[in-house]
Amino acid sequence: MLDKEETQELAKKVRIHAVKMVNNGGSSHIGSVLSIVDILAVLYGRVMQYRSSEPKWIDRDRFILSKGHAGVGVYAVLAECGFFNVIELNKHYQDGSIFSGHVSHKGIPGVELSTGSLGHGLPVSAGMALAAKIDKKDHKIFVVMSDGELDEGSNWEAFMFASHHGLSNLTAIIDRNKLQSMKTTEETLSLEPLRDKLIAFGWNVIEVDGHNHDELFLAIDSYTKKPKVIIANTIKGKGVSYMENEIAWHYRTPNGELFDQAMKDLGEKT
Amino acid sequence: MRDALIKSLFQLADKDPNLMLLTGDLGYGVFEEFERKYPKQYLNVGVAEQNMMGVAVGLALEGKIIFTYSIGNFPTLRCLEQIRNDACYHELNINIIATGGGFSYGGLGMSHHATEDIAIMRALPGVTVLVPSTSEESESAVIDLYKAKGTGYLRLDKSKFENAKSINNISIGKANVLRQGDDITLIAAGGIAEEAMKAADILSKSNIECRVLSLFSVKPIDISAIRSACEDTSGIVTIEEGNLAGGMGSAISEVCLDNGFKPIIFKRLGLNDKYSSIVGSQEYLRSVYKINYKEIVSYILKESDKWQK
Repeated sequence: MLDKEETQELAKKVRIHAVKMVNNGGSSHIGSVLSIVDILAVLYGRVMQYRSSEPKWIDRDRFILSKGHAGVGVYAVLAECGFFNVIELNKHYQDGSIFSGHVSHKGIPGVELSTGSLGHGLPVSAGMALAAKIDKKDHKIFVVMSDGELDEGSNWEAFMFASHHGLSNLTAIIDRNKLQSMKTTEETLSLEPLRDKLIAFGWNVIEVDGHNHDELFLAIDSYTKKPKVIIANTIKGKGVSYMENEIAWHYRTPNGELFDQAMKDLGEKT
Repeated sequence: MRDALIKSLFQLADKDPNLMLLTGDLGYGVFEEFERKYPKQYLNVGVAEQNMMGVAVGLALEGKIIFTYSIGNFPTLRCLEQIRNDACYHELNINIIATGGGFSYGGLGMSHHATEDIAIMRALPGVTVLVPSTSEESESAVIDLYKAKGTGYLRLDKSKFENAKSINNISIGKANVLRQGDDITLIAAGGIAEEAMKAADILSKSNIECRVLSLFSVKPIDISAIRSACEDTSGIVTIEEGNLAGGMGSAISEVCLDNGFKPIIFKRLGLNDKYSSIVGSQEYLRSVYKINYKEIVSYILKESDKWQK
């Protein structure tokens, strides 16, 4: 288990990998990736039980990325945590590569579920949590969702299901960066009052600063009888000055001077 | 056929505690005993098919073998992307049972007519598509899907061919021969096989002996049975209670063209790119849309000079 300084260092490395991968691959969604890097670093660095040399270890905690478009962040954190060599990250988005833009499980150790279409991760996570309850297993299931993703009705079916079945081993973390594909969440399809909605659906709701590792750790690590949802207030593009809170970086690829600037912002020499 | 299916589910659930049955709040009067006997293996997820398939995937990823159940298009079209991305792509042993194939619920209206399901489900890579026409096939289908890795689709309808005596073994990938004959081959999938059998009886009186195949396994398909139909009889007439585009007849025509089989006659009977906005019994709607024994008989008599010995 890493301490706070170490998870912050892990997050820094993941951010640098992510920007390099997106630059190298000419891919997109870097804003959405940077938004969840601290969540990933706390989960993989401090909370989750796993064995990188034995990815299918039966008692591992399960992690599902429902916002599959941030797959780059998961690939980077898995590489940093020893599931495969970081050199593999250079293959992202290259012809013939298995390191797709949206997270894929095929041939990539540590990825539980391929996603990319929104609204799939929570129902599957609920099924995994139910299986653990049936089999009397102690491992936990963590799912990271986007806030824009909550537009999908399938999530709300699963929110109802998880509370109905008392899935206390399930934690959903909502990346609340308040921006979606074209405008803010509130301009697109209002989510607020989100906390009240989730409470009404029978979940234990905790709201944190999604970039504060202590707050994230305490929230994720706390025990509740109900399924738990953490609203992680985040900044899309966190860590790269010109990307923060800019919707354009849902799509754009940082190249040239902008890439150099990103590396400088993240403390990496180019 | 549903009773036969339930019988198989009981047998399997009894042997394997990892088998789970998930229903989207349908099966009143059908599943109560299963729930009572195997409470840990039964789950009514509510009227939420997308979540049902997602939960099925989560359970299957943890080693459970899943049967999902609902009627008509609900367990397939309503959650098609969950089936594609989550079940099929992850190669999970999840088997979808839909009752009410074709016009089984003819009176309930268009929403409950399952007439594109065969085409859509067989278009998904890796899915086994089983469409039984007899109780025997239905019973066997459940066991076959349980044993087979990967995602399966089992389409049941209300009608069935009664008094079926199986000539060969029923198994995935094999057509079931319901009747022997060397003049022409009738191929059906589902309860509509009863129409093919009725047509064969009538044609027999005109000295035309039809071979009747129940294409119980639409995918994988029995290429050798189709080859034999083309080479040993004078051609093929297919009949299905669903849209022609991409359906069972299409699957057979693909096999013929891909393999260079040259049937003298080839005809597909089914819905010609339409939805039914009128209602009625299964039998009535078959007659309206010209997918019954009368159509088979009149087509074959009309064409018979092309191949008569």
